Amino acid sequence: MSGSDQGKGPDVLDARDRVRFEQLVLPHLDAAFNLARWLLRSRADSEDVAQEAMLRACRFFRGFHGGDARAWLLQIVRNTCYTWLEKNRPVELMTEFEEELHQQPGASPEALAIAGDNRERLIRALETLPPRFREVVVLRELEGCSYKEIAAITAIPIGTVMSALARGRQRLQRALTISATQESPRGL
Amino acid sequence: MGCDYARTALHGYLDGELDATRSAEFERHVESCRECAKTLEAGESLRSSLQSAGLYEQAPISLRKKVRADLGAATASPVALRILAWRWLAVAAAILLVASISWYAWPRLQNSVASSPVTAAEIIDAHVRSLQPGHLTDVASTDQHTVKPWFDGKLAFVPPVKDFADEGFPLLGGRLDVLNGQNVAAVVYGRRKHLINVFVWPTKEPDTPIHPPGARQGYQWVHWRHQGMEFCAISDVPASDLHELAQLIYQ
Repeated sequence: MSGSDQGKGPDVLDARDRVRFEQLVLPHLDAAFNLARWLLRSRADSEDVAQEAMLRACRFFRGFHGGDARAWLLQIVRNTCYTWLEKNRPVELMTEFEEELHQQPGASPEALAIAGDNRERLIRALETLPPRFREVVVLRELEGCSYKEIAAITAIPIGTVMSALARGRQRLQRALTISATQESPRGL
Repeated sequence: MGCDYARTALHGYLDGELDATRSAEFERHVESCRECAKTLEAGESLRSSLQSAGLYEQAPISLRKKVRADLGAATASPVALRILAWRWLAVAAAILLVASISWYAWPRLQNSVASSPVTAAEIIDAHVRSLQPGHLTDVASTDQHTVKPWFDGKLAFVPPVKDFADEGFPLLGGRLDVLNGQNVAAVVYGRRKHLINVFVWPTKEPDTPIHPPGARQGYQWVHWRHQGMEFCAISDVPASDLHELAQLIYQ
């Protein structure tokens, strides 16, 4: 954390805003960290970026006029993560489209049941998803967000959320099947 | 994917995002479509793998501390004080006072359920008890104008009862319960397929904000006091959902 924008300018919270911030935004720190962790795939980096995002949330808080505080915060977290990725790991954001070329059918439930036993395998599979798919799966399956919230957080049209999720799930199932077959004995 | 439904409705159905009509239509379809039945099963299996693997990563304590320190700096920062004119010094002092009170109060709020006469264990027991068949509600209704008057006369206070179906928390009903020997109101809400109990009882303690959740045995709860009432919402839904409901009730 550079700390360069800490306390910059007079855009800080007054005491009343701070109480509101503690009530509305701070409770979603876990959600903020979880999203950052899955977007950045690193706990250490996520801690810095989540901290940075919370600072930004403080500064933008005057512009928050009620509504879904979690979605509002996660939108900031997501933007902060993408900015960080662009700066530190630009390659990750460019690998998204090539997979379109080789679509394969999804995994069978049996294969998934085998794969599901293994937490490490799930983590690896989730981490291999391109960020745009990984984020919708994480927001839906881990964070329990509605389509409306996902649309607000990721700035994609609500009509696209379902197809993004469908493709994210399909890819995840494929990754799990591949890892399941790789780890089973040879001679299949 | 050859089937139209697989593209247009299946994931919406899996996520509980279809309206009743489309949902029923899809259920009829899936009975006769092997492809959709298989994809749906795979989707459900994937979901349960993801959720049972404990992949949700909670914020480390070190981050919590840093954020709180940042928040302190942002509230009473030297920069902010310097730009204040002399006549605002009194205001600044007041801000500092409030800030330091919040600092002091913070660790206490963390434990407020544990330290109040009603313990977390009792809340969990009451919640689990309510999930037994036939125990959930004494008055089952999604109409706040039915549930609220029902409490009237049964308790020495009137708990706030509102339906938040539009916000994703439909009111399911209410019942009387007992916590630590005192009568409390339990207002029951649904969240997708889960149940949330909101226990309400009178208190003489000052107001406290909705404080960070507690968790035990797979249940989470949030707690707050507002205008002479003490609230505890408990469920197995994610803590963030509880928070959302708590905010709706708080307003």
